[in-house]
Amino acid sequence: MTLLHFELLGAALFCLGLYGALARRSAVLVLMSIELMLNGVNVLLVAFAAYGVRDNATGLVIAIFVITIAAAEVALAMAIVLRLFRSRGSVNVDEIDALRG
Amino acid sequence: MALAAFYVLALVTLGGAIGVVTVRNIIHAALFLLVTLGGVAGFFALLYAEFLALAQVLIYSGAVVIVILFALMLTRRGEVELMDEHRRWPVAAAVSFGLFAVMAAAFIADAARYQADVRSSVSLDALGAVLFERWAAPFEIASLVLLVALIGAIVIARSGGRDEG
Repeated sequence: MTLLHFELLGAALFCLGLYGALARRSAVLVLMSIELMLNGVNVLLVAFAAYGVRDNATGLVIAIFVITIAAAEVALAMAIVLRLFRSRGSVNVDEIDALRG
Repeated sequence: MALAAFYVLALVTLGGAIGVVTVRNIIHAALFLLVTLGGVAGFFALLYAEFLALAQVLIYSGAVVIVILFALMLTRRGEVELMDEHRRWPVAAAVSFGLFAVMAAAFIADAARYQADVRSSVSLDALGAVLFERWAAPFEIASLVLLVALIGAIVIARSGGRDEG
């Protein structure tokens, strides 16, 4: 088990998330795909930290920040999705093309 | 042993991720996301990042998936919606596969420099010291961001706004 294993896994998670974010229609599913991408990045950060590519703790600290920002992002995005559903009756990202409430 | 654990976890994680991006039932997609996030926590444990494994289980598998499930249940009418793929999904698949190919090529080209299987761990004490000394200002800013985002979420989601309907 070398660094390459974790690198390929993180890249695969990121790219699966990218596919989901581009191909899915529901705003909630797009959000879940973005979570997948963030997790792929986190796997890479922690792997680089564990294998000592950079100073050990840096990758871990940045991964903690990524988890924090992801939590904030999910709360805010879900509030927007709820509001959108109430005013439009749909969370299909194809139909939501106006910034006006 | 660790390699076997890696492959089992990789199977679970990537299987769950494929489920998230392909399955048509939204509730099932959220449950697949739970599987994937659990698998990632397993990878953190394999990489000796036990604090992150814990945080992953608590924050992602706990809080984030629950929030997503709540949002799913509040934004559907009656039946569980089945969402089709966008009609341009082959383009999305090509773009993401192309990106994966580029990243994999870069990682494989660089692999010779990092052959050693020596994973080092950072003790919880050391991690805390680094977080509160060298990264103290970003840490405080992150907490502020979290606070502002949560207050914003409450304001946005609050019912009874004038522009309703």
